[in-house]
Amino acid sequence: MPPIIEVQNLTHIYSAGTPFERTALNKVSFSAQQGEFLGIIGHTGSGKSTLIQHLNGLLKPNDGRVLFAGEDIWKDKAFTRQVRHRVGLVFQYPEYQLFEETVYRDIAFGPKNMGLSDEEIDKRVRRAAGFVGISDEQMEKSPFELSGGQKRRVAIAGVIAMEPEVLILDEPAAGLDPAGRDAVLQNIRAYQKAQNATIIMVSHSMEEAAALADRLIVMKDGSIDMIGTPEDVFRQADRITAMGLAVPKVTQVFRRLRELGLDVPENVYTLQQAKAALLSLKGGGRRA
Amino acid sequence: MLKDITLGQYFPGNTVVHRLDPRTKLLLVIIYMVALFTAKWFVSYGLVLIFLLTAAWISRVRPSAMLKGLKPLLIIILLTGFLNIFYTTGGTLLVEWKFIHIYSKGLETAFFMIARIVMLIAGTFLLTYTTSPIALTDGLELLLSPLKKIKLPVHELSMMMCIALRFIPTLIEETDKIISAQKARGADFESGNLLRRAKALIPILVPLFISAFRRADELAVAMECRCYHGGEGRTRMKQLRFAPRDGVALALGALLVAAVIVLRNLGL
Repeated sequence: MPPIIEVQNLTHIYSAGTPFERTALNKVSFSAQQGEFLGIIGHTGSGKSTLIQHLNGLLKPNDGRVLFAGEDIWKDKAFTRQVRHRVGLVFQYPEYQLFEETVYRDIAFGPKNMGLSDEEIDKRVRRAAGFVGISDEQMEKSPFELSGGQKRRVAIAGVIAMEPEVLILDEPAAGLDPAGRDAVLQNIRAYQKAQNATIIMVSHSMEEAAALADRLIVMKDGSIDMIGTPEDVFRQADRITAMGLAVPKVTQVFRRLRELGLDVPENVYTLQQAKAALLSLKGGGRRA
Repeated sequence: MLKDITLGQYFPGNTVVHRLDPRTKLLLVIIYMVALFTAKWFVSYGLVLIFLLTAAWISRVRPSAMLKGLKPLLIIILLTGFLNIFYTTGGTLLVEWKFIHIYSKGLETAFFMIARIVMLIAGTFLLTYTTSPIALTDGLELLLSPLKKIKLPVHELSMMMCIALRFIPTLIEETDKIISAQKARGADFESGNLLRRAKALIPILVPLFISAFRRADELAVAMECRCYHGGEGRTRMKQLRFAPRDGVALALGALLVAAVIVLRNLGL
């Protein structure tokens, strides 16, 4: 089976042919498998947002191709439209796109545009609301009455309701309090598990990326600088730091511990791993 | 896309025209308009045109940029021309076909009307191309400051103008973003009849208005936090000062008007 998303030599130039010309992406290639959780990290202006807008055909590449399930998404107009339904894209601060009178109707906007039957729309809206934990009572409220975190979840539900095979999110947890952040990330995980969907998430938080992603893409100046499992990527802490990015806090702690002469593994990047490593150091496995 | 709109766009530069005091430039545009509306016939129009082209040449604004700015107004310009051709009587009758009568006077008026509009727009464009919005509002505020005597809130008006200009690009960017986001949710803005298309704008307009109000609110709070309380007692970091070149420019402008008035009396 071909990968669900495949990007080949993608190049994008903004304002091509004018004095303001700027290459945002330069020969980017990667692929994502069904059910995979892909994290994209990189500095502001490294091309992350431009990249994800190519994956559902919002931007057209100047060069290179984007394949969805093995077919060029620009092969014809109908297919491009179809791809927009099958690859869901949640922009940064998606709550600023809410516009309907009730939460229910806002979530239904996407499925309605897909031309589904009323029954199917209702089913999907309720399912999506379930994923993000919006209660029936809240469904009849105006989205503008909700709190920031709830608005964010409604906006994400608006994309989830289209039941895309690939769900792309640009910093879904940005600007939320810790509880809201955890809730949103869990919702995304739940959707991935339930639908065996591919998740591509842009994140500024290394902890988030390390904890959730199967593979990480590190972008730098419009190209992919590193790609691999969080373990592979964070092992090269020096390279990450040189780029102006940081490795997760626990990784930093463990690197320092090693420098101090403790015999701990260096590829620790989540709290669970840290716990296991410390316990095994203390007494060969379980706490006595 | 939306970003390509040139709306009073400023092209940074360092020519004499760029360095002129914004007050001088505003006055010159007014003088230029007076001259343009006083001009009567080819000779006087030619003189005004020479003035415009010289200024454009000195400021190194590309002619293509000037013409590009005219494009959105093409329909109005053509319509004015047409109406003048058909509705002006006088001179010799050139064409007579059913209800259509075209007189030589009509052709003449149409030509001068179009010339007047085009030159008017080109002249004001030259002002916005060579003057940054901030300098422009500063200049306007100072020019209008005598009106404070009759309780006109001059400072507040120019501050409003300044803010409006400042937020045009921001709102355009925001609109682009909202359009993309709704497109990602399968919204279709390109097909259907007029009513459907108008309805399709709702998912763009509602978020845009909300965000504009939010921004306005945040800006107001931010200004209050910095103790903004209107123009009273406010000083400036950059003081505007007239230089000798401003005197020369204004003198040339005065000369232009004088010349055009003389030519008008001669019937040229």
